[in-house]
Amino acid sequence: MEAALYNIVLVGTPNSGKTSLFNALTGSRQKVANYPGVTVERKQGFFVTPRGRQVSLIDLPGTYSLRGRSPDEEITRDVVLGRAKGETLPELVLCVADATNLRLAIRLVLEMKHTGRPMVLALNMFDIAKRRGVTVDVPALSAALGIPVVTSIAVRKGGTDELLQLTDTIAAEAAEVARENDWRPHSVAELRATQREADRIIKETVSLPARPDTWTARVDSVVLHPVFGLVILAAILFVMFQAVFAWAQPVMELIAGGFELLGQWVQATLPAGLLQSFIQNGVISGVGSVIVFLPQIIIIFLFILLLEDFGYMARAAFLMDRIMGGAGLHGRAFIPLLSSFACAIPGIMATRVIDNRRDRLTTILIAPLMTCSARIPVYTLIISAFIPAKQVWGWINLQGLVMFGLYVVGIASAMAVSALIKFFMWRDDAPAPFMLELPDYKLPRLRSIAIGIYTRAMMFLQRAGTTIFAMMVLIWFLASFPQPPVGATDPGIDYSLAAIIGRFIEPVLAPLGFNWQIAVALIPGMAAREVAVAALGTVYSIEGGKEAAEQIGTVLATKWSLATALSLLAWYIFAPQCASTLAVIKRETGGWRWMWITFFYMLALAYVASLITYNIARSLGAG
Amino acid sequence: MTIDLHESGSVRLLGHARRGFSGTVHALKGGNAESSLSAAELESRLIELGFVEGAHVEVLHEGLIGRDPIAVRVENITVAVRRREAMAVVVI
Repeated sequence: MEAALYNIVLVGTPNSGKTSLFNALTGSRQKVANYPGVTVERKQGFFVTPRGRQVSLIDLPGTYSLRGRSPDEEITRDVVLGRAKGETLPELVLCVADATNLRLAIRLVLEMKHTGRPMVLALNMFDIAKRRGVTVDVPALSAALGIPVVTSIAVRKGGTDELLQLTDTIAAEAAEVARENDWRPHSVAELRATQREADRIIKETVSLPARPDTWTARVDSVVLHPVFGLVILAAILFVMFQAVFAWAQPVMELIAGGFELLGQWVQATLPAGLLQSFIQNGVISGVGSVIVFLPQIIIIFLFILLLEDFGYMARAAFLMDRIMGGAGLHGRAFIPLLSSFACAIPGIMATRVIDNRRDRLTTILIAPLMTCSARIPVYTLIISAFIPAKQVWGWINLQGLVMFGLYVVGIASAMAVSALIKFFMWRDDAPAPFMLELPDYKLPRLRSIAIGIYTRAMMFLQRAGTTIFAMMVLIWFLASFPQPPVGATDPGIDYSLAAIIGRFIEPVLAPLGFNWQIAVALIPGMAAREVAVAALGTVYSIEGGKEAAEQIGTVLATKWSLATALSLLAWYIFAPQCASTLAVIKRETGGWRWMWITFFYMLALAYVASLITYNIARSLGAG
Repeated sequence: MTIDLHESGSVRLLGHARRGFSGTVHALKGGNAESSLSAAELESRLIELGFVEGAHVEVLHEGLIGRDPIAVRVENITVAVRRREAMAVVVI
């Protein structure tokens, strides 16, 4: 019997400090995965009690009840009831409540009691509650609820001691026995009765201060002001953008340089041939072109987690709800879409905060239309080669204006697509409700944030090491085989499968003004958009890879018409030129269907946009 | 427009209340709101956020467009809700 892993699950309302308690108990001994078949994050951690008991702790998604209104909440219900596939029935349910805000938590505890599972209530953030003048008669509360109650301060060293000791006692003595499960979804009347009961218990055991948290109220009077609130939001976004593009730049260059050095070292060390080409061009430059985005992803998540911990995210959703609603989007879609300007991958990962499936899918579908940073090298190359650097209206740089225009077209088309999806797929439905708690502001905890960033960075790297790596190898294979015949003078890629495919699809792309070289470059460009720049260099047999961008531009300016260049820009706004994004969509939506829908609708948009651009440009004499 | 607290004894819908309104929940009528949720589901969610009869509510903030959504203090927590759904809350 001894030394078996003791299974505890962590349940609580959103904003109860559940995750900080989880982090305090388990530290970095965490495993993040997905529950089978759904995209709900499964967070498991491990710790050892003072008496040496090995404990597995699962952090279940926050919920107000066990009714299971979203996939997240269904998981919480199923795990607690022992119905979830592959999960053992928990031996102990640890309920977490924000000690400053017990109303909703006590109602949840009363509902949870019906499951018959042994249960403990931890009154978290007890230090803040004390400071605000909240006093809780813990023994009386424990008696009223019929379960052990402890206080905890997740963010302080030793703040969970009492909880750990209690866990030991319960585990050793089996002090809390499981009872029969008579839980069923509460009716409206039962919910109401339970809330009344919770309010009665709180009235008898908790004394609240006369003055509520005035700090939150004062901050909100500015932050939620209809006008100043939006100004502040814009300022925060501006700083975030600056950080993503400016702060990340030196580190990104360092990583890119590092991978290039590694590639050169391989080139110098290994004999020329297939193995050298595979390691240098397939593995190192392929994986390197993805890992180079790690600094941006870390910075984005740093901002998201900081703002989330502070309590600002819910406010941003509040401010943007109606503005986004005009395009059929939910207020919570704001942050994921914003992240997509750096890279669609963290953006799509961040859509997990949207509980309504329809809203989440719409957001995932349009996220890749936001101008991500991988498009910038392609845009810069074409703009600097074809758009004269002259001033318009005296003070605006034409090149900058075109760049700005590309961003605007991306945003506008994302909004249009969202509105169309809503119109064609669910026009008769009223919009999903927007109901959300605006938690009290709290100072973010560095440790919690560091753990959050670490787990997300690892998820990204893991993906770069598996799915993305496999894609890179495939693309390298297409661009390398078959090998050029002996004595061939043209670049090797001209003889490859990629060239065969490129020539094969050229007639389809010809109406867009694309020649076969562009068609060939688009294939390795599937790995990551900016790879197309290097690929163009290869097909036009320019040595020197990325540094030669300026040189590539000069060559392109002589080989392409302006109409072709503009058409390619239009193509890049829309085209699904990113295998990693498609892989993430497949994973996050739990199947191939939405990935293909995204691929084909973006492809269709790209084709039509390029066709229109090319023909208008030609009719204006740019052909 | 300000609301005279002494005259707010009349029944009204939270969805119509302006910033500064303060009162108590009189009843939940899920059918009042043109929500995508059924009346029972909407009422359940409102109860889960603390809107039960007798709870003290105060409208703290309004959004920019159409004064929507609203931030409502319900006892000791603040909840953001669209006016569309707030129509289900009858307040005094």
